[in-house]
Amino acid sequence: MSAELALEVKNLKKYFRLDRRRTLKAVDNVSFTVGKGEVLGIVGESGCGKTTVGRTIARLYTPTSGSIIFDGKDITSAKESELLWFRRKLQMIFQDPYASLDPRMTVSEIIGEPLDVHRLATGKERAERINHLLSIVGLSPEHASRFPHEFSGGQRQRIGIARALAVDPEFIIADEPISSLDVSIQAQIVNLLTRLQEERGLSFIFIAHDLSMVRHISHRVGVMYVGKMVEIAGSEEIYKHPLNPYTKALMSANPIPDPDIEKGRTRLTLPGEVPSPINPLPGCRFAGRCPQAMERCKHEDPELKEVEPGHWVSCFLY
Amino acid sequence: METAIEGKAFAPSSGEAPLLSIEDLQVSFYTYAGEVHAVRGVSYSVKKGSSLAVVGESGCGKTVTVQSVMRLIPTPPGRIKGGRIIFKGKDILALSEKEMQSVRGKEIGMIFQDPMTGLNPTMNVGSQIVEAIVKHQRVDKATAWEKAVKMLEMVEIPNPKVRALQYPHQYSGGMRQRAMIAMALACEPDLLIADEPTTSLDVTIQSQILDLLLGLQERLGMTIIIITHNLGVVARLANEIVVMYAGKVVEQGTSSQIFYRPLHPYTHALLRSVPRLDRKTRTALASIPGTPPDLFVPPKGCAFAPRCPRAMKVCLEADAFPMELEKEHQVSCWLYHESNPRAAMELEKGGVAIER
Repeated sequence: MSAELALEVKNLKKYFRLDRRRTLKAVDNVSFTVGKGEVLGIVGESGCGKTTVGRTIARLYTPTSGSIIFDGKDITSAKESELLWFRRKLQMIFQDPYASLDPRMTVSEIIGEPLDVHRLATGKERAERINHLLSIVGLSPEHASRFPHEFSGGQRQRIGIARALAVDPEFIIADEPISSLDVSIQAQIVNLLTRLQEERGLSFIFIAHDLSMVRHISHRVGVMYVGKMVEIAGSEEIYKHPLNPYTKALMSANPIPDPDIEKGRTRLTLPGEVPSPINPLPGCRFAGRCPQAMERCKHEDPELKEVEPGHWVSCFLY
Repeated sequence: METAIEGKAFAPSSGEAPLLSIEDLQVSFYTYAGEVHAVRGVSYSVKKGSSLAVVGESGCGKTVTVQSVMRLIPTPPGRIKGGRIIFKGKDILALSEKEMQSVRGKEIGMIFQDPMTGLNPTMNVGSQIVEAIVKHQRVDKATAWEKAVKMLEMVEIPNPKVRALQYPHQYSGGMRQRAMIAMALACEPDLLIADEPTTSLDVTIQSQILDLLLGLQERLGMTIIIITHNLGVVARLANEIVVMYAGKVVEQGTSSQIFYRPLHPYTHALLRSVPRLDRKTRTALASIPGTPPDLFVPPKGCAFAPRCPRAMKVCLEADAFPMELEKEHQVSCWLYHESNPRAAMELEKGGVAIER
């Protein structure tokens, strides 16, 4: 992992205007970086904006404000026609392998399409590359002529990974790539992603709600809550010394598959539910559920700041 | 190879009669493509006051088994081909539909993964609970309404009097699940079946629902069968565990037996394939190669054999029967058969799934 940055996100905002009165602030002033060859995990509960962050960085959405610097170049407001190079360097893997593969295309068409778009290979070379990609993800050449419905969920996710790798990208954003898979298949896919990441020195954003899986695969982990990044730290550090009360609660809520540990654990159960990102109240978004909330939290929005080297948290307690 | 090895009759090991016992249940679905053998001879039982977790991957038959207990298998295409389900001394499969209606809801309550499918979107939540109460108890509407509000209060829905008048779409996911639990418990059933009750919920809401179920079980002495694929949830809630694979039970035992002394290679692999918050990061997870078998053509031998690192010749030819190796701990695996010269050694080795 080099100190060079693959991605720098500064004060990123993505608002969705619902009607004249209501605005959904899906991502609200989020900043972070991803180093070259680094895996950043992003966790959070439904509606926290983790998927929107990923899609905005991939420029599937146009940011409301803020900036996205990819490989030293500002792509925040680049036109689609100027993004072809970027699309070749950054690829996405999606959650639902049933929805993200065109059911009318064969596997070789699915994997070959990015090769055609970017004019990377034709004819025999193209066929060879498709077969090579299939073998990388653990499928075989005879799968190339089949259609997505002939595959299981885990195999479809492998096809999605092969397609993402077709253009030989440097950066991958994986949005809940394993949530729809069975436990034993999840481990297969996570091992595959980890291996590919290491072999190819890929930079990675791994978005998921499964805390233990995110921690497992990532070098650093960012925790989001209702459009805000509330804490970022090394993946061991954030588990051992979570600082933000929300991160603490999230860790505590995640059950550990070990009955003796489970029964001996003191648990911090949060009252209430995640507030809506539509017209959020001023102040810290977590203040309403936070066991340590102070008067100040209701009026002022805490900034993300570095409280220990490499450990960033947005909370007035620090 | 036709084996001469006969299985010992399966019998629950404790003297006390279990609240529910499922014996050699077989369920198939007849589709245009052929017969799917979804449940292939499942036996397990649950004692009164206990909480039993059924774990396994999608399609292993865990849901079909409990749907059979509720007699909710859609027929056709489904059919219960054989076996017995004994609940409080009576055979559920022999009951008439009318008799079954007084079991469902009153004696056995059920909650589902997606609370929206269990709730009627056109009726307010209070009325739906009232409906369940009036169906099984002789009370007037006003008393039933009062009870409904009390149930909502018991499942910790804030402001229950107002909430009872609201419709399911006005509830959040976690509250819908609470409402469904309230409805399932309204008639004080002896047994609560929870099918993936927290799978669609966020982790902090999951934690709230688990707290609630644990609390209710303690207070009401309720018996729970929980179906889940989340081993963390199992560790927190269950005191007994049944592990299923490809329509069969491969291992069952107490929670600590399964977690600390797992015997079946599938249980081993399952426990080792999940990352844990208290373990080192970025080490390869023990994954299970391949995929579960196609139940259109169930394999002749052990269904796990093609994926099993310990498979022997016999495993491909004949399926193992449940062997009780210690009190209340049964495993269906040839590794532990007395004619395997290494059986004693295997047993000695058991329990390496979690290094402590």
